[in-house]
Amino acid sequence: MSANATIIEIVLSAILINNFIFSQFLGCCPFLGCSSKLDTAAGMGLAVIFVMGLASAICWIVNEYILIPLHLDFLQTIAYILVIAVLVQFVEMFLKKSVPSLYSALGIYLPLITTNCAVLGVVLLNTQYNFNFLQSVVYGVTGGMGFMLAICLMASVREKVAFADYPESFEGFPVALVTAGLIALAFMGFSGMKIV
Amino acid sequence: MNIKQQFKEGLVTNNPVLVQLLGMCATMAITTSLFNGIGMGFSVLIILTCCNVVISLIRKIIPNDIRLAIFVLVIAGFVTIVDLLLQAFIPALSESLGVFIPLIVVNCIIIGRAEAFCQKNPVGASFFDGIFQGLGYTCVLICMCVIREFLGKGSFGSGLINTTNGIGTGSGVHIFPAEYGALVLTLPIGGFITLGCLIALMQYVLRRSEEKKAAKANEEKEAANV
Repeated sequence: MSANATIIEIVLSAILINNFIFSQFLGCCPFLGCSSKLDTAAGMGLAVIFVMGLASAICWIVNEYILIPLHLDFLQTIAYILVIAVLVQFVEMFLKKSVPSLYSALGIYLPLITTNCAVLGVVLLNTQYNFNFLQSVVYGVTGGMGFMLAICLMASVREKVAFADYPESFEGFPVALVTAGLIALAFMGFSGMKIV
Repeated sequence: MNIKQQFKEGLVTNNPVLVQLLGMCATMAITTSLFNGIGMGFSVLIILTCCNVVISLIRKIIPNDIRLAIFVLVIAGFVTIVDLLLQAFIPALSESLGVFIPLIVVNCIIIGRAEAFCQKNPVGASFFDGIFQGLGYTCVLICMCVIREFLGKGSFGSGLINTTNGIGTGSGVHIFPAEYGALVLTLPIGGFITLGCLIALMQYVLRRSEEKKAAKANEEKEAANV
């Protein structure tokens, strides 16, 4: 993708064509770890959408107005991970104070988002593609939606697979990985889509 | 804990990818050519060893509440160093791994070892832990690369053997023509399925060896009873 991509292109690409999990392998750990039940998967997805959107916005500002003017752009990785860690902490405190119901629904998954590579990945990709502010935020939010779509699909399939009869050695992660592979095969169909 | 046991743990019984199930994203994403696999494996090995040593050195002065933030900062520092070094000296590798080099910061292996091992162990043990866990990771990457490259494109060692234009180019040794390969294995789906099968194989082997041990113990018990 390039800096002059339109919003529609970014949305379609982030959700379907270049889905963060099925074609870019970003965020696989929480994807495999939190996808055994549909409701936790949905909670995780919502939290990721929120954090990815906010992180894209704040990191864009940090990069454009602090790092580039000071010629510190080689410190991007450190700056971004700090912003994300602080952001997740703030979101956690804010939700705990003002929306306790959502806070308790998300539970342990909130702090874990810091180490979700989809979040750091989207921020690094925004910089790499030279996106402007609006493009970055849209890419962040829709990338999160792609993640949520993937994790919810996966959770609904896994709830069924749990009753299937597969070899003993495939118990746990292997069967989840093979399932994910088959869903990825379905998503490959979107890669034929050409957006002008 | 002695070195021999650590070696066995890192490579087999407590392998970071196949047993601890950490750091899967990069494992599946970049294992399409041997060059990528070896480059990524050694980058992680170096970063993991350095972080283990530093974190183990400062383990007594880190306040417990903010330890994760400090771990992440130390890791991010080393990742930036390696990233810049690769850009300067092996630009081909830096280009083909792309965003996955800076993403080593959030690779669960490094933060997992810091939390589970370096916090409680002296510098020497942490140093060897870094090397052996890194080697275990590299071995898995190399396995995945060889399988996916061979079955997918019928070649071996692309980017390393028979390079046409410096390191990182060329398509390696062709064992059978590329058009007979299962191209799907070089695509994302191949990453998921190959890793799934490798983990299943590992679980099978570990279960068999445990059963054998249990059977042996039982025999000995019966022999003692008789």
